[in-house]
Amino acid sequence: MSFQPVILPTDALLLLLLIALAFGAWWGRRQEHLRVGWAKVARRPTGMAAATLLTVFVIIGMLDSLHYRPQLPPEPGKPPAYAVEVLSVLDTLLRPLKVDTEKTYSAPLATHLYSKETVDEGGRELREFPRLKYGGARLGNDLAGYDRDIASLALEGLAGGLAASLVFAVVLRRWLRHRQIAWRSIVATLVVLSLLAGPVAMLATGYHVFGTDKVGQDVLYLALKSIRTGLVIGTLTTLIMLPAAVLLGIVAGYVGGWVDDVIQYLYTTLNSIPGVLLIAAAILMMQVVIANHAEWFTTSAERADARLLALCAILGVTSWTGLCRLLRGEALKLREMDYVQAARAFGVRPLTIMLRHLLPNVMHIVIISIVMDFSSLVLAEAVLSYINIGVDPNTISFGTMINAARMELAREPVVWWSLAAAFCFMFAMVLAANLFADVVRDAFDPRMT
Amino acid sequence: MLAYIIRRLLYAIPILVGVNFITFALFFVVNSPDDMARMQLGVKRVTPEAIERWKSDHGYDKPLFWNGKAAGASKVTDTIFYTKSVRMFVFDFGRADDGRDIAREIKMRAGPSLAVAVPVLILGLFAAISFALILVYFRATYLDAGGVVICVAMMSISSLFYIIGGQWLISKLWHLVPISGYGGLTEGRFLVLPVFVGVVAGVGANSRWYRTIFLEEITRDYVRTARAKGLAEGAVLFRHVLRNALIPVLTGVVVVIPTLFMGSLVIESFFGIPGLGSYTIDAINAQDFAVVRSMVFIGSVLYIVGLLLTDISYTLADPRIRFQR
Repeated sequence: MSFQPVILPTDALLLLLLIALAFGAWWGRRQEHLRVGWAKVARRPTGMAAATLLTVFVIIGMLDSLHYRPQLPPEPGKPPAYAVEVLSVLDTLLRPLKVDTEKTYSAPLATHLYSKETVDEGGRELREFPRLKYGGARLGNDLAGYDRDIASLALEGLAGGLAASLVFAVVLRRWLRHRQIAWRSIVATLVVLSLLAGPVAMLATGYHVFGTDKVGQDVLYLALKSIRTGLVIGTLTTLIMLPAAVLLGIVAGYVGGWVDDVIQYLYTTLNSIPGVLLIAAAILMMQVVIANHAEWFTTSAERADARLLALCAILGVTSWTGLCRLLRGEALKLREMDYVQAARAFGVRPLTIMLRHLLPNVMHIVIISIVMDFSSLVLAEAVLSYINIGVDPNTISFGTMINAARMELAREPVVWWSLAAAFCFMFAMVLAANLFADVVRDAFDPRMT
Repeated sequence: MLAYIIRRLLYAIPILVGVNFITFALFFVVNSPDDMARMQLGVKRVTPEAIERWKSDHGYDKPLFWNGKAAGASKVTDTIFYTKSVRMFVFDFGRADDGRDIAREIKMRAGPSLAVAVPVLILGLFAAISFALILVYFRATYLDAGGVVICVAMMSISSLFYIIGGQWLISKLWHLVPISGYGGLTEGRFLVLPVFVGVVAGVGANSRWYRTIFLEEITRDYVRTARAKGLAEGAVLFRHVLRNALIPVLTGVVVVIPTLFMGSLVIESFFGIPGLGSYTIDAINAQDFAVVRSMVFIGSVLYIVGLLLTDISYTLADPRIRFQR
């Protein structure tokens, strides 16, 4: 089957980010003080466990960022046409989860719908819970084998997970044993993950592991799709604001004078507008722009993506001020250092001084603030989506999941699984990011020795 | 001191002007009033007459900056910029889309917002400082490490889950307090849950931050002196460390005091509290631009007041700091 690749703006930026990371790693290797910092991080078990978990999330997110439009069945005499729906590689991998939708809510691992419906059975009308179309479909109408089926699937998954863990353990041990890396915690994290993922994956072949939502979509699928949205918000926001923050911060601190005044005025003004309200105002305006320029977007995925990118940009505008202020302070301190004075005495141009002497020496602040911002941005997305100023309602994200599930809390009995799934995935992601940020800060902050 | 305050107040003026320009640019330059009208009336099937009517109803049927047709001073005053933006400096916010006076709404709704926000601040401060002190008392033990892990875990949970969990557990399962609603200050039972959730949601991040501040303070020479003269660890912590460490803590708190008026967006809307936070959310959902604009302006004013109070409180709390600049 042929397809047409689609590169959404956020995909392109994520790719750019990966390239920037690779470049940063290459550049950082030659910077002694950065290498020492990362080496410290690599020796910390918590840091490496968190990094492993984050890497898994990043892989899922990147798989979800390779978009394409499948070709429609060819009609004779017409040029090949492509579906309007934009799919990602992750969608293809999880195709059963995406396609096998039920009618409405069903509980995790259920075989029947969550609400009663009128069923016509041999002329008599009965109110009962209808059988699910896909959940436990392999059992047929005989539910006697339910327990055995679940148990055998779970065991198969555990066995698979165990096998995968063994492979990870052997390979990583060989590869990393002689380096100064906390490889045991990496292996331990991967073992736990594969022991969890194995049964979930096997059960997902026959059941809805986390149940289904109001329109019958598999909640596990939604949770996995949310990962990309969280990653995009957490990383692209920083990527967008970073150049401005670094440039303005260093220039303000080093050049001083009226330039400093102007830049300080700029960030004090932006800072004094309450963040949520600025975001709300900007998103309201973006909605108007998007609504009035429907012709810019050919697919709904592109429109949702434009909104996501706009959200990142707005969050960037509200969040660069903190970093800028920190960098200004640091540059102010550094410009009085002997080596900078010496460079100036030798007649080195200001631009070169800033690039070669100031930038490398404020990098630790930049790194710390990137990792610290990530978790708060992921959390912010959920809140903003709840107030309807977050991502597009059609974009799958933790915020939209929580928002949809919240409406059903008043139901009796409670529909809890959407919230539980969103909670688990979001908690794992943010906790990993927070732990990693802690380790990175400990390693790079010169005040903590 | 008075001269300093006056100078700081003067310094606030250009910032407010800047805020005003930014919001004006956001609301009127990115989109023309025509766009807004179309959005409000539904994007498709909008007649030009309907747009004109909406604009004249809401006072947007004027030029942006310069009204050439008007006479005298109203060349400047009879414009959108003057009526919608400059008038804010005298706290004239005009009317919301539903015809109500925004200034009056704000006055009515500030009370309920404060009824939740003030207890959250005070109790939250108390809880976080106590927890941080306990951690510092047991520093470098497993108790401390475990406490930090708990703090990080609590930070990693979205505030939405605290609210949903609180409502579900305390109100729905245990039937202790009403799920949502507001009955004024006399009906305290409505306030228990929002305040409790607000405190719990903030305690993780704050305790961890305060713990770092206390730990930094504990390495100072005067603490060693206090220990050397034989004071008990408790006395050292409470009488010496806490009092000095409170300076950064308090100044961090002072800056948020004025913004308490704005209330918490999420908590208020979840618990149905008729404060400014839920007012803002309603306005965002109804796309009521006038209200959002007013709230942006008020929020900025309050933040600037907070900064001023912070500077003043620094000198009151720590006599070593003088108003030099």
